[in-house]
Amino acid sequence: MTSVLYDVPGPKARRVSLTGSAIGIVLIAAVLGWAVWTLAQQGIFEGERWEVFAIPDVWSLLAQGLGATLSAAAVAAAIAFPLGLALSLLRISAVPAIRIPTQVVLEFLRGMPVVLMMLFVLLVFATNTFTAVVVGLVLYNSAIFAEIIRAGIQSLPKGQREAGLAIGLTSFQSRMAIELPQAIRRMLPSLVAQLVVLLKDTSLGYIVAYEELLRKVQIMADFLGPDFLFPVFFVAAAIYIAINVSVSRLAIWIERRGSKKAAGGVVHVPAAGVPAETGEEKGA
Amino acid sequence: MDVIIESLPIYWDGFLRTLFLAAVSGIIALVTGTILAAMRVSPVKALRGFSMAFVEIARNTPLTIVFFFCAIVLPRLGVRFDQFEVAAIIALSGYTSAFVAEAVRSGVNSVPVGQAEAARSIGLTFGQVLNLVVLPQALRTVVPPLINILIALVKNSSVAGAFFVLELFGHARQLANDHGDAVMQVLAGTAVFYLLMTVPLGILAHRVEKKVAIAR
Repeated sequence: MTSVLYDVPGPKARRVSLTGSAIGIVLIAAVLGWAVWTLAQQGIFEGERWEVFAIPDVWSLLAQGLGATLSAAAVAAAIAFPLGLALSLLRISAVPAIRIPTQVVLEFLRGMPVVLMMLFVLLVFATNTFTAVVVGLVLYNSAIFAEIIRAGIQSLPKGQREAGLAIGLTSFQSRMAIELPQAIRRMLPSLVAQLVVLLKDTSLGYIVAYEELLRKVQIMADFLGPDFLFPVFFVAAAIYIAINVSVSRLAIWIERRGSKKAAGGVVHVPAAGVPAETGEEKGA
Repeated sequence: MDVIIESLPIYWDGFLRTLFLAAVSGIIALVTGTILAAMRVSPVKALRGFSMAFVEIARNTPLTIVFFFCAIVLPRLGVRFDQFEVAAIIALSGYTSAFVAEAVRSGVNSVPVGQAEAARSIGLTFGQVLNLVVLPQALRTVVPPLINILIALVKNSSVAGAFFVLELFGHARQLANDHGDAVMQVLAGTAVFYLLMTVPLGILAHRVEKKVAIAR
């Protein structure tokens, strides 16, 4: 897609681009070098700082944190998806008495910071931190899932539902048997992308003292001493990023595959309140 | 109810600080995000690579981690801020700029190929094509997602409350501590203040989407 903006570079343009690249690389390298130098001044690269990773307990604590992160995300996703599905059906119900309250609730849930919902559950219902994190994630993400699925259903050709009703299916049967399977398939990339958001949001558990990966980092730094904060943090951040990048890649892969296979392809309707997580790398 | 009315000045203070954080980081993120998007579509490989790497990493890093880095790890490394607001603004704008870059980039992609081709065929340079022809059109499609990013930014600013900034969420935590018997009211009051910001923005996004939408 980039080639649309400029001609295939000729010898002169290639030279300019090469010079530009060289200058760019030098600049970026300079900034990185400065950062590394600053870190080195702090003694970050001294071997003993990194020797903490020779302690098995450090790894087992990191693994515990990762387990807590993943289990909260898995439980939340497993509850949020069916709930979002149900909400999406209520949201497009033909009965205003069902549709409008659902819309209000969804609007409310999407307008709330997730961490506020977690804190609310934690303090008002006096639950344990795991429940608070999961409920907070479920409330927010089911609303987003609902919006994504709704957008998927509404993107279907009208004839799908009409045909369903015409052969004598009830409204509900038509939704379940005809519209939802297509809608979910169309929206699969957005749904998977939302999973990344959900996974990222588990780190908000840190704020409500749920012992996930980041909280474990804090605990270890407090225990081992401030010198070891950076190494442990660095490794934990790398773990987080690696997992999220893989799930993001999965979303892109599904999208590419989907757009080749599915007749209607996949649609991109960014759900409100979610930063444009959808449809990246489309024509890259 | 009494608690809410009693603490209105505190809420108001938090509300203003949240608005301040969101506004400042929003402006910085819009500017850097657009620059990143321009780098991403530029013919210079190094810039393209840098922008791609930055966006990929920033979008896949939890905001809490970014905040933890800016507010707790950086000071340990000798980068000290006089106010924690500065750390919060760096974290929020850095994180948000990646999403802005993605939104602007997909907006650039949505401009029909013929537009750029026509611009190029009359001899405009890459910069001119981008600034005069593609970006003005791209911005139209980009505005609704951008508003959604701003909504997310307002909500994301709540994370700052956990990192020593007394914005709305930070004040809410303190109030909840001080009024153990009225936690529900305190937090419900906070929710109202957040909705005061996010719901109008949501309505605006919806309106703009309808108005700006161009049939292509």
